[in-house]
Amino acid sequence: MASISRSQSPSRTVNTSPFYSAQLRKFALGAIITLIATALAIGYLLPFGNMALIAVKSQQQIVGQTDGPILPLTTETFTYQEELYEIFTVPMPDGTIRELALVEKSRRINQFVDPANPGAGLIEWEGNWRGLTPVTNIDLHFENFGIAWDLLDFPKLFRNTLVIAVVGMIGTLLSSICVAYAFARFPLPGKNWLFLILIGTIILPSQVTLIPTYAFFAAIGWTGTWLPLIVPHFFANAYNVFLLRQFFLTLPRELDEAAMIDGAGPFRVLVSVIIPQSWAAIISVALFHFIFAWNDYFSPLIYLSGKPDLQTISIGVQVFNFQYGPQPQLIQATSLMAMVLPLVLFFLAQRFFMRGIVVTGVEK
Amino acid sequence: MAATDSPRAAPVAIGTPIPVRGKSNLMRQQRLWGWIFLSPWIIGFVVFTAAPIIASFIFTFTNFSLAEGAGISIADPLFSNWTRLFSDPVTLQALGVTIRFALIAVPIGILVPLFLAAMLNAKYLWGKRFWRPLFYMPYIIPAISGIFVWQSFLNGETGWLNRILRFIGISDPPNWIFDESWILVGFVLIGLWGVGNAMLTMLATMQGVPTELYEAADVDGAGPLVKFMHITIPLISPVIFYNLVLSVIGLMQYFVVPYVLTRGTGNPNNAAYFYNMHLYKTAFTFFDMGYGSTQAWFIFIIALILTIALFATSRRWVYSSSGE
Repeated sequence: MASISRSQSPSRTVNTSPFYSAQLRKFALGAIITLIATALAIGYLLPFGNMALIAVKSQQQIVGQTDGPILPLTTETFTYQEELYEIFTVPMPDGTIRELALVEKSRRINQFVDPANPGAGLIEWEGNWRGLTPVTNIDLHFENFGIAWDLLDFPKLFRNTLVIAVVGMIGTLLSSICVAYAFARFPLPGKNWLFLILIGTIILPSQVTLIPTYAFFAAIGWTGTWLPLIVPHFFANAYNVFLLRQFFLTLPRELDEAAMIDGAGPFRVLVSVIIPQSWAAIISVALFHFIFAWNDYFSPLIYLSGKPDLQTISIGVQVFNFQYGPQPQLIQATSLMAMVLPLVLFFLAQRFFMRGIVVTGVEK
Repeated sequence: MAATDSPRAAPVAIGTPIPVRGKSNLMRQQRLWGWIFLSPWIIGFVVFTAAPIIASFIFTFTNFSLAEGAGISIADPLFSNWTRLFSDPVTLQALGVTIRFALIAVPIGILVPLFLAAMLNAKYLWGKRFWRPLFYMPYIIPAISGIFVWQSFLNGETGWLNRILRFIGISDPPNWIFDESWILVGFVLIGLWGVGNAMLTMLATMQGVPTELYEAADVDGAGPLVKFMHITIPLISPVIFYNLVLSVIGLMQYFVVPYVLTRGTGNPNNAAYFYNMHLYKTAFTFFDMGYGSTQAWFIFIIALILTIALFATSRRWVYSSSGE
């Protein structure tokens, strides 16, 4: 490869035809833009690096290192006469550099021992030991994830969140598909007005419905249960209806009509004609709801307060932070664990996400 | 909203011959089915949207409380919750924090995704498919995870941001979320992880701008900046407007980030005590639902005024393909 590009390079300086320089310009522009994009992406994603490296540090690696190394480093130690001593890089008077364990600390004369040859006894070294660099190695503490998993009772939170997300997802799919079907296919008086109201609910600030809704759920005894987090999703939602309706409108009516001529009723048409053609949109809606419910913080905060056994992952992670604030490694480990599932879903089903966002965001 | 008036919306009504009895029966049946399919939303809208809006307005004239032993009674005087609202220094201060934050966050919430979208739309960018999910990705993670990740990143001592700032020579960087005058900037930085949606919608719209327009501008000798300002921006203005409305409404509801980062206190010195934290405290710590509803209605009215104002200005700058 190298030889090929080298053989071309002389011609680059010789060839000054406009075509060639345009190509070069294109290449340079591409390189510059890509470089800018790379720099921005690194900056944008830097907090993830901060998280990942803290999540694998031990408590000792964090405490006492307010501005310490970024990497999870641990000083190497050596056991000498049943005591642990730290190893330092020591420049010897004869010019050699040795790695020695510091046995006796003093500002002027220190006693070291050679870990490779402890039998040789103590080695005297003059100077301030604080000026020496400790010998460190990278020491990752993956056990943080296990500790956090147990302390947080992750399986319980995982199960609770999963049930809420999946049942709500079924609800929003059933209802939004029906409502979108009505908007896409049925001649209803005032349909356009109703659709405008539906879209209007997207920009309705949620506070204005919050208190009566809470009072209503409290009155029927649903606070402290999962029902307020699940049942409302059985009544459709503007984003989902919009996305599905836009999709249904693109489907040819001829197929519906053919099915109707064969005697299919509206419900039959929906189930055997519309839905089988709409999997892309349905999967988008399902994913959006799942991620929304998984990430939701406010609803579980107000409806499940005081019910630790029913809590979801977001609240679990937050409560954990309040309790284990001085242990940042555990907090970063739990934050990471909470985001794994949404991220995996996103990268597996990117196409559906992107298309769904574009439809709901652009076509209005 | 052009999509609403689909030509397919009323196929039975248009071009039907003289109504035969059977045909109108079919139509009636069609309508009945339509209402049945629509009913989940209609019921949901009445129960979870329309009724609560009215109820919370009525609550503003009551001493409704969910605290133990308390109940509901007409407020005396009737407007006492409203007079309390306008004389409550905490409410007004919290509203001030919210508005001050919105004034920084809204422009950034539009300009940053616009810039990113323009960059990802650049003709010569390498590996186009690779970048979109990368910049979108932080949007998908749970808010709570993102908040703790940023809490650590913004940490005054060990956080990477201040390490970088010290490295480039800023010897005394702010202790972001513990510093009264920097905490809102910290929230804006955290908010950068939420631009994914706006970026994607802007990018998709940019990709839909007809290339002939750019070619025509090339013929006229227009540079890239001129083309961007005079072709791209006007043509994607509807989606900018849509994101602007959503972001204003979203900021009027801003809650989770300051609530979690300050543990509900809004400290230091109430600099991060947002309107909705106050509302949350009134309603769910003191269970004072009458006053809470008044606060909710007040922010609702403000949001409504802002939305109407945005729609009013939109005629001047938002491009409409229908040529109005």
